[in-house]
Amino acid sequence: MAHGPKPGFTRWLYTTNHKDIGSMYLWFSFAMFLLGGCMALVIRAELFQPGLQIVQPEFFNQMTTMHGLIMVFGAVMPAFVGLANWMVPMMIGAPDMALPRMNNWSFWILPFAFAMLASTLFMEGGAPNFGWTFYAPLSTEYAPPSVTFFIFSIHIMGASSIMGAINIVATILNMRAPGMTLMKMPLFVWTWLITAYLLIAVMPVLAGVVTMMLMDIHFGTSFFSAAGGGDPVLFQHVFWFFGHPEVYIMILPAFGIVSAIIPTFARKPLFGYSSMVYATASIAFLSFIVWAHHMFTVGMPIAGELFFMYATMLIAVPTGVKVFNWVTTMFRGSMTFETPMLFSIAFVILFTLGGFSGLMLAIAPADFQYHDTYFVVAHFHYVLVPGAIFSITAGVYYWLPKWTGHMYNETMGKVHFWLAFIGLNITFFPMHFVGLAGMPRRIPDYALQFADFNQIASVGAFLFGAAQLVFLFNVIRTVRGGSKATDEVWENPQGLEWTVPSPAPYHTFSTPPVVR
Amino acid sequence: MAMSANAKTTAKLLTLAVSMLGFALFVMPPLYDAFCEITGLNGKTGGRYEAVPATVNKERTVKVQFVASNNENMPWEFKPGVVELKVHPGEAVDTVFHAHNPTDRDMVGQAIPSLVPFKAANYFHKTECFCFNQQTLAAGETAELGLRFIVDPDLPAGVNTITLSYTLFDVTDRIAQQTQNKKADASPI
Amino acid sequence: MLMGFKRLFAFLTLSAIAPGILAQETAQETGESVERWGVNMTQGVTEVSRTTYDLHMLIFWICVAIGIVVFGVMFYSMWRHRKSKGYQAAQFHESTLVELAWTIVPTLILIGMAIPATKTLYDIYDTKEADLDIMITGYQWKWKYDYLGADVSFFSNLATPHAQISNQQPKSDHYLLEVDEPLVVPVNKKIRFLITANDVIHAWWVPDLAVKKDAIPGFVNESWTRIDEPGLYRGQCAELCGKDHGFMPIVVKAVPEDEYHSWLNDRAAAAARVKELTNKTFTFDELYERGKKVYASTCAACHQPNGQGVPGAFPAIAGSKVATGGMDGHLSMVVNGSAKNPAMQAFGAQLSEVDLAAVITYQRNAFGNNMGDTVQPIDILNFKNK
Repeated sequence: MAHGPKPGFTRWLYTTNHKDIGSMYLWFSFAMFLLGGCMALVIRAELFQPGLQIVQPEFFNQMTTMHGLIMVFGAVMPAFVGLANWMVPMMIGAPDMALPRMNNWSFWILPFAFAMLASTLFMEGGAPNFGWTFYAPLSTEYAPPSVTFFIFSIHIMGASSIMGAINIVATILNMRAPGMTLMKMPLFVWTWLITAYLLIAVMPVLAGVVTMMLMDIHFGTSFFSAAGGGDPVLFQHVFWFFGHPEVYIMILPAFGIVSAIIPTFARKPLFGYSSMVYATASIAFLSFIVWAHHMFTVGMPIAGELFFMYATMLIAVPTGVKVFNWVTTMFRGSMTFETPMLFSIAFVILFTLGGFSGLMLAIAPADFQYHDTYFVVAHFHYVLVPGAIFSITAGVYYWLPKWTGHMYNETMGKVHFWLAFIGLNITFFPMHFVGLAGMPRRIPDYALQFADFNQIASVGAFLFGAAQLVFLFNVIRTVRGGSKATDEVWENPQGLEWTVPSPAPYHTFSTPPVVR
Repeated sequence: MAMSANAKTTAKLLTLAVSMLGFALFVMPPLYDAFCEITGLNGKTGGRYEAVPATVNKERTVKVQFVASNNENMPWEFKPGVVELKVHPGEAVDTVFHAHNPTDRDMVGQAIPSLVPFKAANYFHKTECFCFNQQTLAAGETAELGLRFIVDPDLPAGVNTITLSYTLFDVTDRIAQQTQNKKADASPI
Repeated sequence: MLMGFKRLFAFLTLSAIAPGILAQETAQETGESVERWGVNMTQGVTEVSRTTYDLHMLIFWICVAIGIVVFGVMFYSMWRHRKSKGYQAAQFHESTLVELAWTIVPTLILIGMAIPATKTLYDIYDTKEADLDIMITGYQWKWKYDYLGADVSFFSNLATPHAQISNQQPKSDHYLLEVDEPLVVPVNKKIRFLITANDVIHAWWVPDLAVKKDAIPGFVNESWTRIDEPGLYRGQCAELCGKDHGFMPIVVKAVPEDEYHSWLNDRAAAAARVKELTNKTFTFDELYERGKKVYASTCAACHQPNGQGVPGAFPAIAGSKVATGGMDGHLSMVVNGSAKNPAMQAFGAQLSEVDLAAVITYQRNAFGNNMGDTVQPIDILNFKNK
């Protein structure tokens, strides 16, 4: 039973070890993060000045589309699955994931999905150019031929996510160590359990909507074409029925990570564990009944408009509970500010700012002015970059010593944090202003009054991009060597993962631990 | 031992995933259509109206505007015979739309109705409408397309103008493709 | 004051990081009415836009207040409760009272926000009793305006020359926000917009009117406005609609009522004159010159100003089979559109006979095609009625 990894490349190809698969997910997602980031830099470079300088509008639209798809499905989601693979078994005292072979399979189909998606860039007519929300009929009757490849790659990504989610649910429900009751599980496990259910519920809906597109394009049906009795607005309803829970799929695990880190560095237990669990569950529930707030301008009856406005505003309540909990946990703690804590605090502040703009967007009449402007771009980048990306980064710094057995370079970590924090705010804060001043999103060129803030944003974007190279360098250095980490790594952190040696052996908890 | 629990969980979750796929593909589109019909969303008017209302409300006059537009690539000329009618709720009114196919090929068109305000959609009944069927016009042919409608006497107060828009789509290729598919289905393999 | 601070922050950042950019900026600046460094929503020129602005500011200030409280507590703890200061951690957790409070108080605040929002929404939805109906149709990538009942209908195209977009000319003040023909409307009248689209989904948005509504092919949406003061109000398409989504601006020109009526009459008369022109015979040069303008506003977006098209997406006009082939094929392509490629629209209903004749003549003789033939408006009419 207790044997180490196989040597060579086949170790990675055939592995069923949750730690190996977790690492592969994390490296893959970082590669996609850099790829999607380069696309963002193409966008920001073109928007540095009014006029068309670097790319033409067709290519610009391909960049915005691919940037969105790659960041959502290639960077953020696989990174969370990678963290779940590494941490969930160790947190619940399980020897491995429940379905190790499926685990291997769900990772290895991802590179193919993204290779297919990226290859569309080199096809005649170019890559998908209809935005990551791919509204019909722009994405059906008016799409480039590569749309078929886009649909298949979405299918594969969906299959991968569903398999990953099933695996996580099965692990959490069936593999917990004796005594690890549901309400003793760390919040990261809880948030992932709920996320996994969301994934299983909505990824098939995404698969359904792209299948309907495929039928409309190739088999003469007319789900989304008025000519045959369909309706393009149906597309938006189905898409956002998937899309809104998807947004929470990208943020709930982040809540879990931050809820692990803040108590450690505040040296104080999380203020309200059970209310955090209930808040997560209610956010997940609400996510199914708010989808049409993405479509306030589509022309809904006023009753619908009001319902979705009220439901959306309600989300502020459980989200507020979470923020209040983190702040109260910090209150009267004994805080230190290592890199994971810095990223977590930045998460709380900036995610809250994103939440405020989200609340503003929920107000339907005001949304008529905000909708599809840079204000929306600023909003969702404020919740996704500090939300998902910062929390993943915080998690990596937090658990990296456990994974590698080495401490990362704290100074470099702090440099990374400050560069990223400043770069992020310079990039996205001005977007609020240009959005309110009237700049629509997804345009390759803009009127002169938006020039100044766009220049600032572009400068910030390159700073933020450069910060990630510091991160990469720091991680590689830590993997290769560095000062030895203790088993506990931090001062009295909570959780089973800190009871195993650092680095975590290839097989952990082959005999279940005893949970008090 | 853990395997059987895992197998059970997996089976349950897979069932959930598959049923959600079915929900998206087979439940959401008809559900949406039903929802549109109830709320008048997108101004979708109902199908052929059968019942005959008893009373004509002479007290009330409603302005009905007609708008015609072509979807892209539809070269037909298509316009309402009259742009505006004043009608009493309850009375059956006839009007026409003119269509002309200026091209040198036979074409099939489909008119899609849309009515504003949406809340009036359920109170606008069509007893005869060219939009119930596809229209075939030979090269150079001109046609008068008839419409007979009744504005429901229960039309909410405050709605004094109803705008009925038809968008004409070219469905020639769509029809051809469907016939081809049918032929392919019928042919023995 | 907060806004002032933000401006200062933005300015300092810019001058610290990129002095070179600043110098270039001043060179670009043409020094007129364009408001730079705009940071907030416009108050606009309608009652709805002002209500929307007030609502926006109300929510904004509530968020600021909540932010001050939450971040205040947080920064206070970060400052005071540090290990480096020797602070000992308290171990309290779970308090039903506190947790109830921070669930109920936000709910009450939300209800306070929802009440004015609901009221505003009811105002926006009240489209009845309009004085004037205008049908707005989104096309890739231009807008068409139909004045219902007035027989006036025209397209509104981007007026910014291509040379400005490709940085060969200095950019004008209203770069990308100027059109060849604005939508002219009277002030102090309730105007109802019927909004639809011809191809893909667009959205018609003018911030000063606080009107934004999706234009959906096959379906009609409605919205309304009542403008208080005469002026030019600019907006843009707000839903990604393909390549030139960023290049289909909207300009609304609000004028006093009598001016509006005389404009409408002139417009109808002009339309009649263009119809008369159908029977006139033009010289080659007249057609070529007119065609050049039509090409620039209608064809150049896809086929490019130099007629070279975009490989893989839009075919070239220069040396194309259609433009250097038989006249009937060329007429059919332009008038009826392409049966194979939906991007090539049927322009028969979009352009007048005169413009069609001019642009076809131009295409057959420009870009080195040199066919030497012309087509007259009456030929177009005959072709359409064949």
